[in-house]
Amino acid sequence: MEDRKTCIPQNAGQDIQEDIVSVLLAGVGGQGIILAAAILAEAARLGGLEVKQSEIHGMSQRGGSVVSSVRLGRQVFSPTIDRADFIVALEKLEALRYAHRLKKAGLMLISDYEIAPVSLFTSKQQYPSHLEDKIAKTGVNCQLVDAQQAACQIGHPKTVNVIMLGVLSRHMDLSLQCWLQSIEQNVPLKAVDINLEAFRRGRQY
Amino acid sequence: MNTKSKLLTGNEAIARGAWEAGVTVAAAYPGTPSTEILESLSTYDQVYAQWSVNEKVALEIASGASMEGARTLVAMKHVGLNVAADPFMTLAYTGVGGGLVIVTADDPAMHSSQNEQDNRYYALMAKVPLLEPSDSQEAKQYVIEAFRLSEKYDTPVLLRTTTRVSHSKSEVELLPRLDRIKPEYAKDSSKYVMIPGYGRPRRTNLINRWNRLAAHAENSPLHYIYRPACSQAPEVGMVTSGISYQYAREVFTGIDILKLGITCPLPQKLIQGFARGKKLLLVAEELEPFLEDQIKALGLGVEVAGKQYFPQQGELSLAIMKEAYTQLFGSRGQSPFSPAPQEVPSRPPVLCAGCSHRPVFYVLHKLKVRVMGDIGCYSLAVLPPLNAMDSLLCMGAGVGQALGMEKANPDIKGKVVSVIGDSTFFHSGITSLVDSVYNQGTGVIIILDNRTTAMTGHQANPGMGSTLQKEQVPVVLPEKIAEAAGVKNIQVVDPYQLEQLEKVIKKELARDELSVIVCRQECVLLKKEGIQERFFIDQAVCRDCGVCLKFGCPAIQVRKGKYLIDGIMCTSCGVCPSLCKFGAIKREGR
Repeated sequence: MEDRKTCIPQNAGQDIQEDIVSVLLAGVGGQGIILAAAILAEAARLGGLEVKQSEIHGMSQRGGSVVSSVRLGRQVFSPTIDRADFIVALEKLEALRYAHRLKKAGLMLISDYEIAPVSLFTSKQQYPSHLEDKIAKTGVNCQLVDAQQAACQIGHPKTVNVIMLGVLSRHMDLSLQCWLQSIEQNVPLKAVDINLEAFRRGRQY
Repeated sequence: MNTKSKLLTGNEAIARGAWEAGVTVAAAYPGTPSTEILESLSTYDQVYAQWSVNEKVALEIASGASMEGARTLVAMKHVGLNVAADPFMTLAYTGVGGGLVIVTADDPAMHSSQNEQDNRYYALMAKVPLLEPSDSQEAKQYVIEAFRLSEKYDTPVLLRTTTRVSHSKSEVELLPRLDRIKPEYAKDSSKYVMIPGYGRPRRTNLINRWNRLAAHAENSPLHYIYRPACSQAPEVGMVTSGISYQYAREVFTGIDILKLGITCPLPQKLIQGFARGKKLLLVAEELEPFLEDQIKALGLGVEVAGKQYFPQQGELSLAIMKEAYTQLFGSRGQSPFSPAPQEVPSRPPVLCAGCSHRPVFYVLHKLKVRVMGDIGCYSLAVLPPLNAMDSLLCMGAGVGQALGMEKANPDIKGKVVSVIGDSTFFHSGITSLVDSVYNQGTGVIIILDNRTTAMTGHQANPGMGSTLQKEQVPVVLPEKIAEAAGVKNIQVVDPYQLEQLEKVIKKELARDELSVIVCRQECVLLKKEGIQERFFIDQAVCRDCGVCLKFGCPAIQVRKGKYLIDGIMCTSCGVCPSLCKFGAIKREGR
């Protein structure tokens, strides 16, 4: 911590914020960002932590950029995030868009997948090339995951969100039992097995 | 812990609170960020919940139910209260029977709205108490308290949330439903019939009630003072409410914070007491200086500051709060954000692949007519490449605007259309349609009927044949209403038939009389049948002219210089083959 001009007592709650883990989930409308956030939030609640989750509905459902934040800790106040400990990006361009929101010591998990915004075609632009390099240049600590390929391999292309949660779970101090129970509670009954499989697949990374 | 709890959004928590408070009747028109309140409440037993055609009607239903003794909830987004303002202002005079709570879900930062008005002023204008929860647990608790206040003081009560409270989740304690005995209806015209002779004494009553409410607000258990164990700056105090408290509490950990639960009427003595011994009161609130101005007017003899640290538009955030902290007390940890990376292409929302609105706007753009628009998914047609909307004011406004434009300049006859969705038509398009008939408008009114209220998430409306609680009911058809209103030229077309659609629009534009065109095709997200046919771009025929891109369908893409149709996105609406004059867009197998 750098010098503070004013004398803030150590016990005045100054460090409470440091106990809060902030996770930003980003992607494109339709990729299951909100569901992923709900699973993470419930897993943390089952783990006995205070949780706040925030998202924006409405216009953003229609193929736009979607972001949801989940914060967990002993005591959480703001539902939104200033700087994140983890960013889970389900699309590479969205990863670049939010890279600057990661803490210096944070970790960014990126699904190696591209969805071109329609606005690109109509303004005669191309989807940016070498996004990995551009993300690396921001200096963030990141891991690229071929989650889309993995999702296709297990025969369920739409489970990328839960595969990425599996990857995230390896870096978080939450018991496996909490994760599995949360998935069971949050996805439709007929999709439980598929999603549990996707989650286990993610944990292999 | 022996109580049950659950992670709920603020909206779900409001529904839970209403249920626990014994609510039996609820009404709303869907609108972000309020929509999920009724959706959630409709799933509880012993509750009648309905979508109304607009917020005014919803409040009128609530008023009737309340007269009958029921506890009643009405929910709306901030602009919805403008629609309901007429019954609302007089409801403050009549008061209630059973408790009546109105939720206004304000949208700072306009995530999904046409403005960012601060509805706390409505409470002040109507002399109605206003409660502001700051998380889901409070949202639930405040609803229950609001019903108690409503009955105790014989008044409607406003519960104000903002987007972050409505749509963020936190833990909520679940309690059983209150066992409430509904009071008997007793006729009392002097209370409910607001003719001037009865209204004047009710006005006196209203003012007296206001004074009693002010006394109540002083001692409300909803207020809370946070005092840090070791104060960093005893001469500074913060006053805040709603979501702003959460940001403040996380950053200003070393100073006293007064969190107000009831912000109207303002608890003046409480604030006075809190200010004692302090030199500065910092008021943290989103949007208008609602608390700040009123606190300044108290003349407390301390400095009161707010908007010089917090913006008058948009949402507050931890970053803004930290900046204010730094200004007051110096540096606090790392700066909120690193500079954003090199420019990243934006990803605005788009009309879905296969959306039935797209062909209509494609044709309107091509015909170069003025398009008086409205609020719904089709608002997205204002963006490139369709660029096909000239106005968007409020629900139902486009039809009236088109008439006004034509009256101001008769030369533009045949060059103006208004577009309105089916749900919006039922909300407030019917009255302007009738006005257009009566005042001899000659324009074209296009009703974009996708058989649902799509923008807010596919809520039922009178055109759908089912209610919020899934009862089957007769379908109301917009063309029948137009016919009853006296419109002579009514066409119902399938917007997927692009050539036919253009022909009809051209023909109706050429008339010297009012026309209604109903473009009917079910919302593509609700279509049950799978993909019927596959479409592709024949590379041998494609001339790379790019005309197909002007349609703006997300499934039509360019990859590595080649035009193609993304098979995963395409919904086989079948419109695109007619876009290409070279015939390069083909059905598979043909």
